[in-house]
Amino acid sequence: MKTSYREAMRAAIREALGSDPRVFLMGEDVGKYGGTYAVSKGLLDEFGPERVRDTPLSELGFVGIGIGAALGGMRPIVEVMTVNFSLLPLDQIVNTAATLRHMSGGQFSVPIVIRMATGAGRQVAAQHSHSLEGWFAHIPGITVLAPATIGDARGMLAPALADPDPVIIFEHALLYNMEGELEPLGTAGCDICSAAVRRPGRDLTVVTYGGSLPKALQAAGQLATQGIEAEVIDLRVLRPLDTGTILASVRRTHRVLVVDEGWKTGSLAAEILAGIAEHAFYELDAAPVRVCSAEVPVPYSRHMEEAALPQVSTIVAAAIGLAAQT
Amino acid sequence: MTAPDDKAEALALLSDMLRIRRMEEKAAELYGAGQIRGFLHLYIGEEAVAVGAAHALAPEDNVAATYREHGHALLRGVPMTAIMAEMFGKRDGCSRGRGGSMHLFDRARRFFGGNAIVGGGLPLAAGLALADKLQGVARVNACFFGEGAMAEGAFHETINLAALWRLPVLFLCENNLYAMGTALARSQSQTDLCAKAASYKVPALRVDGMDVLAARDATRTAAQHVRAGHGPYFIEFQTYRFRAHSMFDPDLYRDKAEIAAWKKRGPIHTFSARLKQAQMLTEEQFLALDAAAAQEVEASVSFAAASEWEPVGDLLRDVMSPHTP
Repeated sequence: MKTSYREAMRAAIREALGSDPRVFLMGEDVGKYGGTYAVSKGLLDEFGPERVRDTPLSELGFVGIGIGAALGGMRPIVEVMTVNFSLLPLDQIVNTAATLRHMSGGQFSVPIVIRMATGAGRQVAAQHSHSLEGWFAHIPGITVLAPATIGDARGMLAPALADPDPVIIFEHALLYNMEGELEPLGTAGCDICSAAVRRPGRDLTVVTYGGSLPKALQAAGQLATQGIEAEVIDLRVLRPLDTGTILASVRRTHRVLVVDEGWKTGSLAAEILAGIAEHAFYELDAAPVRVCSAEVPVPYSRHMEEAALPQVSTIVAAAIGLAAQT
Repeated sequence: MTAPDDKAEALALLSDMLRIRRMEEKAAELYGAGQIRGFLHLYIGEEAVAVGAAHALAPEDNVAATYREHGHALLRGVPMTAIMAEMFGKRDGCSRGRGGSMHLFDRARRFFGGNAIVGGGLPLAAGLALADKLQGVARVNACFFGEGAMAEGAFHETINLAALWRLPVLFLCENNLYAMGTALARSQSQTDLCAKAASYKVPALRVDGMDVLAARDATRTAAQHVRAGHGPYFIEFQTYRFRAHSMFDPDLYRDKAEIAAWKKRGPIHTFSARLKQAQMLTEEQFLALDAAAAQEVEASVSFAAASEWEPVGDLLRDVMSPHTP
């Protein structure tokens, strides 16, 4: 069935609302407006204002209320419009949602799902272009997901809602319009613990996630025409990292490139390479390479923004350099 | 001052204030001896607020409190033994030694902590209230916080949402005049706290927080309103902490005369005097209640001292559920 990432996400939310009375969707403009990215369009009419709940501009308040509602037996899906605004409820996420189980000696679960758009590439300038997934992936006590395919947009929400602990879902804003075939979900369902090999290859491993996956796959296609077979790994789950899948690939290809839209300093890319250095150092035939965002607040001008972000051309160039290392 | 009506209830109120007072005096002593570490914030002087409020709440109500919450936990029914063991950092503590003084939790008794972020418990209480409303449960979701929290966005965002959605939240502000070392007038342009709550169309009451009966009666009125589904309610308890903010605080920002004046209004001795005047309490009875409190404290210390340390092998336990799919 042909669908879009946006429609796949909407179908997942609709299914959750339809199948579990404990589930409700809450956030800024999720109801009457139809969702900033139109993900929740039509759901207010279908499920009513109690279950598709518009909030004021109070990110700290409504994320905290979502946490409390989760403690009270509900299964809230809280939409924080974008990761840029998630800095306001960061306190509730880090100090409450992520700590409550541990701090209470295991007495409390916080089964909340927090969704937010992330990423740059739409000329909306520094305050609307952050990629802070790596920050969240730093925090013990939460699971961090980055669906990068239509299948994961459709499939990841149900296991996230079934998880007794907080789950944060990052949806790259450039993926919403992506269209493709939605494969029927197998009997095993969708997992939220493993990385996926999206394209097999023998010459080098490209590890990436979220909005960078389509770029990495396009780059791999171009590399193939030049005789370089890149294996592309989609992390899918940013915390906890599926290091097994990464290491297995590196042991096959012996060369690794990480593409990460976050800034390089203190990035997820750094964590991935550190893990490889710890566990597969002697498997490497070449120094690992990172393609990350430039260390600059994301600029507005189109040419400058493009220069700041990982692009297909920079991934291809980095991969060619990596393959040529002796 | 309200006159005590029921003798048994009056003695229970007095006894609960004594239990908190003696428990915390012992905690301070144990802190000095190095058996309790970290932060320790004492409630001494403010006992009438928690005791009055607790006696107006029902067992099925939810309570979220602050980092000055030993008394609130105790009155919600958390055993003093489990509170003391938690302060010792022992496995039999009410949070397995993972939380300490500021993070007392008890799920069975619907006590949601113990929160060391000022204002942090407010949205949590409103969320519990939303869950109740969506599930058709009539319950009071009480959150205690200091006046300092009313400068935080968390207060304003939460009370706005609670009023907008008519959530069953009871806002209990313990106004002890100082946010750590900063006086109310030095930190908030509007020092009339009830006016702030009222600006969100939330009914607000100002109460003498040194008077346990006044605290109880105000909470009863407010809880009735909340439980009946009329939306949130706000109470400002005017109170004072007799000790410093924490064990690290040299208390340089308060006038000695001010402290002495408030101590004259101390909730335990003033209430005892009233009960004696009303022929409801003899000195012997007072001493018996005090001795019982002291005995409970001693037993809790023995329990905490005898409790085991959690094995280091359990370090990573309870970060995530073991049942994560």
